[in-house]
Amino acid sequence: MSDSITHTQTNTSTRLARPVPFRGGGFRIGTVPWLSPFVFVGLILFWYWGSSSGFIHPLVLPSPGESLQAFINLAQSGMLWKHVSASVQRLVIGWTSGTILGISIGLAIALSSLARATFAPLVAAIMPVPKIALLPLFVIWFGIGEGSKVATILFGVFFPTVIATYGAVDNVDRSLIRMGQSFGLSWSSIVRKIIFPGALPAILSGFRISASIAIILLVAAEMIGAEFGIGAYVLLAGSLMATDQLIAGVAVLSLLGLTVSFLIGRAERYFLRWRT
Amino acid sequence: MDLSLNNIHHFYGDVEILSGINFEIKSGEIVCIIGPSGCGKSTLLRFLGGLERPSSGEVLQIGSPPEACLNPLTYIFQDFALLPWRTVEGNISLALEDHRIPKQEIERIIDNVLGRTKLTDFRSALPRQLSGGMKQRVAIARALCVNPAVLLMDEPLSALDSQTRELLMDDLVDLWTRERFTACYVTHNLAEAVRLGHKIVVLSRRPGKIREIVSIDTPLADRKNDLVKLEQQQNHLWNLMREEALAADMELNDV
Repeated sequence: MSDSITHTQTNTSTRLARPVPFRGGGFRIGTVPWLSPFVFVGLILFWYWGSSSGFIHPLVLPSPGESLQAFINLAQSGMLWKHVSASVQRLVIGWTSGTILGISIGLAIALSSLARATFAPLVAAIMPVPKIALLPLFVIWFGIGEGSKVATILFGVFFPTVIATYGAVDNVDRSLIRMGQSFGLSWSSIVRKIIFPGALPAILSGFRISASIAIILLVAAEMIGAEFGIGAYVLLAGSLMATDQLIAGVAVLSLLGLTVSFLIGRAERYFLRWRT
Repeated sequence: MDLSLNNIHHFYGDVEILSGINFEIKSGEIVCIIGPSGCGKSTLLRFLGGLERPSSGEVLQIGSPPEACLNPLTYIFQDFALLPWRTVEGNISLALEDHRIPKQEIERIIDNVLGRTKLTDFRSALPRQLSGGMKQRVAIARALCVNPAVLLMDEPLSALDSQTRELLMDDLVDLWTRERFTACYVTHNLAEAVRLGHKIVVLSRRPGKIREIVSIDTPLADRKNDLVKLEQQQNHLWNLMREEALAADMELNDV
């Protein structure tokens, strides 16, 4: 035994020794701080340079200065708040009611064979219909006012939430449910304490999809017969060829989207803090 | 409270899983069930606790469970089955919440079982922070908090490394010596069976039949001191199982 050890030692001293090549790198996404703000600033600088040098024609894209000015005008006139509050109100009502309905029906589909047989084919049939196509119908059913706009968002949010919820419940660890049964927990306890929390991660990631659908439908719905709302503002700017205002409106929409995704991120961190 | 299995047969579709199983679990004894993989030992345990029904035959409770018993037939699972979003305390209280026990009483029971399983310092830890052995301790604490009449253990140590397994086995022996609980213990590990079992039911490969029931009279606490005897008993079990295990290993799994 000791012989062979000394043997190898003498061998290494005479032969070429080099480190084992490392092959385990890559495929791991790290964080690169500060790069993302640089991308934004860089794009805006390029845009600014393009507009001032004449490389980008003002008809094609207004300069960042003009767009900022349009935004400041909008804010100073007090209309910004009116548009944003009208939009946010529709978004909150439509998304919340769509989500509550979606989670309830999703849970029903996941937990009862009767509900699954009833609703699952319906959901599958109506899900792929673009809700914007139904907007004229909603105007007739719910009126040209808030009703039709909220209904469009509600329907748009409802279907993906149903799918996310019942998929999530189907994927809850069966052994946890069996554990609940083995301790004699009631049906409602198993649903509230085991199934719902177990499904929550997937339901919350469904929220990201449903929230972006809600914003898209919000703008589409506001393009029909809305006095206030960011969608109405963008539509008006577009039809007047006021591209600077259009850009300002789009920026507000983008900020709205970022805020929503930030809020969902916060909710995930709070509700899923038990995860690593 | 005793449990008795009467002539249990079970089929999945056309495949016979268990055939003519008869034995009894007497109060205060640990009955181990061993057998090659796929012989239906876990299925048998699910029959014992009423989580599944056999195709024919019945499982009988003889006598009634003690008054203070909240959940007479209580499982301990191989994969621990802890809720990852609840703390150690929350996981234990889950088993008590449906019984309308006053808050203070719940607190007292939790304190008590945490003490008995040496978990007092981990009361507010989340499962992901715990090692495998600790998680199984929590599951044992959760099972003890409902004062079970019979503990049904489904390979409780199989997901643990061998050092932890050794430690937990000692803990189980201590616990039994103090409290004389009744248990049915399913395992494929012969060492666990000869250390913990008063009676060892050896099943054959599918369809699972009782090959032999081995009784070991040495008190649990003394078994570690007589390693030679332990080894002999283990060898005897292995001889019973060897060919079955070999044949079971060659079978195609399509049920």
